[in-house]
Amino acid sequence: MPNTAIQATGLVKWFGEGEARTMALREVSLEAQFGEMVYIVGPSGSGKTTLLSVLSGILRPNEGKVLVEGADIWRLSPDQLADFRLGKIGFVFQDYHLFPRLTTAENVAIPLILKRKNWEEAIHEAEKYLDIVGLKSRAGLAPVKLSGGEQQRVAIARAIAAQPDILILDEPTASLDGDTGHAILSFVHKNILNKDRCILVVTHDDRIYEFATRILNMEDGRLNGLQERPV
Amino acid sequence: MKGILRLAYKLLVNDKSKFTALLLGITFAVFLIMFITSMFSGVLNHASATVINIGASVWVMDPAVKAVFNSVGMPDYVLDAVRSMQGVKYAVPLYSGGALVKLPDGTFQSVTVIGLDDTSLFGRPSLLEGKIEDIYTESGFIVVRDAEFPKLENPHIGSELQLNDHRGVIVGIAKVTTSGLFGAPTLYTTYERAIQYIPNPRYTISYVLVEPKSASDIPQIKKQVEALGYQARTKQEFMKRTADFFIYETGGGTNILIMTAISFIVGLSISGQTFYTFILENLERFGALKAIGAKSRDLVGMILFQATFTAFTGYGLGVGLCALLIALAKLRLPSYAAKMTFSDLLIGLGMVVMIATVSSYVAVRRVLKIEPFDIFRG
Repeated sequence: MPNTAIQATGLVKWFGEGEARTMALREVSLEAQFGEMVYIVGPSGSGKTTLLSVLSGILRPNEGKVLVEGADIWRLSPDQLADFRLGKIGFVFQDYHLFPRLTTAENVAIPLILKRKNWEEAIHEAEKYLDIVGLKSRAGLAPVKLSGGEQQRVAIARAIAAQPDILILDEPTASLDGDTGHAILSFVHKNILNKDRCILVVTHDDRIYEFATRILNMEDGRLNGLQERPV
Repeated sequence: MKGILRLAYKLLVNDKSKFTALLLGITFAVFLIMFITSMFSGVLNHASATVINIGASVWVMDPAVKAVFNSVGMPDYVLDAVRSMQGVKYAVPLYSGGALVKLPDGTFQSVTVIGLDDTSLFGRPSLLEGKIEDIYTESGFIVVRDAEFPKLENPHIGSELQLNDHRGVIVGIAKVTTSGLFGAPTLYTTYERAIQYIPNPRYTISYVLVEPKSASDIPQIKKQVEALGYQARTKQEFMKRTADFFIYETGGGTNILIMTAISFIVGLSISGQTFYTFILENLERFGALKAIGAKSRDLVGMILFQATFTAFTGYGLGVGLCALLIALAKLRLPSYAAKMTFSDLLIGLGMVVMIATVSSYVAVRRVLKIEPFDIFRG
């Protein structure tokens, strides 16, 4: 496996046309290595989430290239892109986006089910990931019965269930109190990050900066070189 | 795909309030559609009661006859001519008409009188009480025990009737496959007695019942009858002609069509709206699935499965509810004119499939448009 997980060059993304055009990304280039936990920080509206979406194959850039493990993801067909997201990327959404009508184990099993694993096998495997995040005893409960921190851990279990190479956490502490947020990121740093996995975190919570390998600061759609600093 | 469909099933069924509302909508629509079409089928079936009960293969009649209860008298030579036609095994006359019976309390009750061929008694009913040969005794009548039977004050063997100022005696009590449509009790007697008791115009034969030598002889019998200036119809053709009369010439068909369309629109509105709301409320989740890596065809499959599952469950419940209600109604009113036919079931199924198709089409369009990026943006 090459050591560079993501290599993005000259990313430009705008929304709207004519006078209504808003630049979200302006010539953004970055590299992330396996074994790194890279933070993208910056004020609201600076383009962090847009960058994350472009890097993860969700939002097509107007210009630029994204290579994941050496392959240009924006040359893939929609179905190949979906397979790429399913196999290579794990998402932890800001609002978790857990399914309230499914049990915790069923939520975690979703990527496995999308990978065409049979139901029982997927649930059995999901319980293993719930065990990793310390929630095996909660497997049969609905997500609404869990605390915010527990829901976040379920979302992490779901994100790693398909064993992705790249994990994306969007504002992981936004809905949590300080201690819980810190504990969650500490857990991710200790148990989920490894030499074969790259983790990208979008946040503006400086209480969790201590877990970052690098912090990239975004402002007005640009990654400012000065803010790229090793921790 | 099985796992994805199970996921779709759980997302649908675990949302109990929405699923119940969806099922109620479709069940109600199916129930309405089934009930209306079943009632109409029942009416059509009862309208052809004489054709069904007599059971002749071929009926010869005046071309002006539009339904079995609107017979036009034919001269006797028609019977003789038919009997001499090629392919005819035998032919007998049938009288079908109405009369008034004076009840012991002085009130009058209209009845249907069927006059069977004196020699063969072809088309005679199955007797519950009495002997068929007693129909030949003086003033002998057989009464049908159906829902209208009590209107003659529950007569028994030996009961006397006054029929058009003639004395009649009940000599048998019979049962038939299908009751008549117009709520009149049915009396069977011989052809000769029928035309003697009931005032008639010049020609008295209502129908000539024909038994062909074989089914392949029917076309040539029809041609020969047509050459005579009359018409020969098979049992099914005659029933269809009677049904067509109700559907196209009484406005009944139009009314049923309108009612069925209204039921369809009601069902489509309730189910379509509820299903669309269900999809809208789950739009974020579908977006999340898309972001995680679900392909468009996975999502389409999920929606189609949800729509189909709901539609068929609702269809089953609607049909079951309709059947239950008809059965309950028949317990209280044995002559209740409702009958669920395969055509009714197919019409109901077609409507449900259309409801599911329209609902899922709208939902699929909405889900395919959602961008996973919207999930990131919150």
